[in-house]
Amino acid sequence: MLLGRVIGTVVPAALVDELSATPLLWVQPLDRDGKPDGDPLVCADGTRMAGRGQVIYWVASREAALTLDPWFVPVDDAIVGLVDEVRLYAPEDTS
Amino acid sequence: MILGRITGSVVSTIHHPVVGGRKLLVAERLDASGHPTGGYVIAIDAIGAGFGETVLILDEGNGARQILDDSEAPVRSVVVAIVDAVDLDKG
Repeated sequence: MLLGRVIGTVVPAALVDELSATPLLWVQPLDRDGKPDGDPLVCADGTRMAGRGQVIYWVASREAALTLDPWFVPVDDAIVGLVDEVRLYAPEDTS
Repeated sequence: MILGRITGSVVSTIHHPVVGGRKLLVAERLDASGHPTGGYVIAIDAIGAGFGETVLILDEGNGARQILDDSEAPVRSVVVAIVDAVDLDKG
């Protein structure tokens, strides 16, 4: 799983039936310091609770479809959870 | 599996049920000689790894689901071992 930030929503004009109730969000992948890293992608929102600006963690490939119910759906990137806080320990904490 | 070093954790209140009660760790990826490659991964902790420890991370979905004992878990990265040492043939 990797970090990302929701930067927008996608409104499809037509969609396969299995995904008709699933939010589709634009997500900018982030590095572990929270800086943008790579190109934005569209994630299905398995939590259904992410909004614009929200930092999330997402998963790709087959695991993405498993965030949804039913899970046999054509999805390859999906949000698994919302991030409250990323705690990065300072290097001087190393024992 | 990949080598990683635990550099932090993620706090998440709203999440998929499989994350509930489990710890999410941020691990930087390491090469065979222990140097960071620049990448990172958020992995579920299966063994109680702590900050600064070098770990083995399973980065594959079916094995991850087996370890978590949940055939529908949307997870592919799981911390499965704490590494004491890596012996590398310098030749």
